[in-house]
Amino acid sequence: MYESLGDICSRAEEKKITFWEVILEDDCVERQLEREASFAQMKTMYLAMKDADASYDPALESRSGLTGRDGGKMEQYVNGGDTLCGDFIGRVMEKAVKMGESNACMKRIVAAPTAGACGVVPAVLLAMQDKYGFTDEKMTEALYVAAGIGGVIASRAFIAGAQGGCQAEIGSASSMAAGAAVYLRGGDAKAISHAAAMAMKNLLGLVCDPVAGLVEVPCVKRNVSGAVVALAAADMALAGVYSRIEPDEVIDAMREVGLSMPACMRETSEGGLAATPTGIRAKERLQ
Amino acid sequence: MNILDIIGPVMVGPSSSHTAGAARIGQITRKLFGEEVTEAKIYLHGSFLATGKGHGTDRALVAGLMGLNVDDRRIPDSFELAAERGMKFEFGAVNLQNGHPNSVKLEVSGASGRKLEVVGISVGGGRVRISEIDGLRADFSGEAPTLVVFNEDKPGCVVRVSLKLGLAGINIATMQVYRDARGGHAVMVIEVDQKVPDDCIKDLESENGIEKVTYLCMED
Repeated sequence: MYESLGDICSRAEEKKITFWEVILEDDCVERQLEREASFAQMKTMYLAMKDADASYDPALESRSGLTGRDGGKMEQYVNGGDTLCGDFIGRVMEKAVKMGESNACMKRIVAAPTAGACGVVPAVLLAMQDKYGFTDEKMTEALYVAAGIGGVIASRAFIAGAQGGCQAEIGSASSMAAGAAVYLRGGDAKAISHAAAMAMKNLLGLVCDPVAGLVEVPCVKRNVSGAVVALAAADMALAGVYSRIEPDEVIDAMREVGLSMPACMRETSEGGLAATPTGIRAKERLQ
Repeated sequence: MNILDIIGPVMVGPSSSHTAGAARIGQITRKLFGEEVTEAKIYLHGSFLATGKGHGTDRALVAGLMGLNVDDRRIPDSFELAAERGMKFEFGAVNLQNGHPNSVKLEVSGASGRKLEVVGISVGGGRVRISEIDGLRADFSGEAPTLVVFNEDKPGCVVRVSLKLGLAGINIATMQVYRDARGGHAVMVIEVDQKVPDDCIKDLESENGIEKVTYLCMED
């Protein structure tokens, strides 16, 4: 996998190919696959995301009782056509909640890059496909863009909350979704990298503080913020706004921030929301 | 790690380490065992013990021991499925020395009376390592075809095994050698680039000093 967004952009320029093709070609070399085989596998991932979204069950509750039923509420609210954020962002939020809830309730999802952050990328991509009518093939290309960005983050920093806090999970997912959204709207490799960087910048420092150690509170709702931040970053990049800090350096900063986080903010459930009176009561009730 | 570790795996939630990783450890153990598990003792360590229940780690392990994949929708119902299939299981706690926080010790037995003991660790993103087999150290992921060769700790075993593999056109990617005491039992963990045919495994087992050969190929 590539270890630098800058290297991906240089490669794209050198070979006169797009960001996603750089990632596809690298995957073919790394895993010794034909292009068609790699593409078919990635398409399977996209179709599994679609399937997970369509399979949402509004009556479902998690075993802990901490999660469930919010996806249906969001859907009804957005159907009313009178949200503050508008119909499109409303749908994105609804899909993010649904996927996060499905995950908490042991349904089949696609980790992207993790299970806890599995709602961000599909919320953005599925809503964009509904809005613009892109083919599944085009969406698969966007997924390569997301994977390429995630690969750089995993190489330079981390994608696990236990290592770098929630910025490493929701932050990474948001970065990946932002780049993919820019690609779908015709942005070039530079715009893709900068969208990824701006999304990450906006989520830098986010701690991992799951109540009772479960991937439920606040994880489900953080998928919503990750998705919305991704679209805001994508729109900035498409407007020609760039990150003043080099994209690769933003990822390095995420690593630095993660390394300086105390252990209680890295998935141990000893700080933040997990350590609030309500969080502690929930934990005690479940023991 | 490759891009399908970034987008993927397709899995049953809620946690890649505590659910998908746990199912995978169970599944690898089932494959290593080579026959259906009729009874399993499952000892959880660290975070698997502390938050395993809420993450479905228990159900994922039982599902894996029945051979279910990490994306199998029956994972949440694995206890009921095990009851239907007549597989017994029980859970306990263990404090493994130097154990990774997400570790589990599995003791399984089958209808033939054979037993196997495996320690597995879930290292994140659904990826796992097996760190112990039948009390002997090991370290492999199950991502590549893997041979686990139990042998007497005598001179020449390693060269005989590697020669047989070489003659069969099988390239060794990594090789680890562990033993319990000098002149006692030893284990070779060999990750290879090609799939190993059955006759080659039988051939290895017939070698002088080789006690047992277990072959793991998750793609089959």
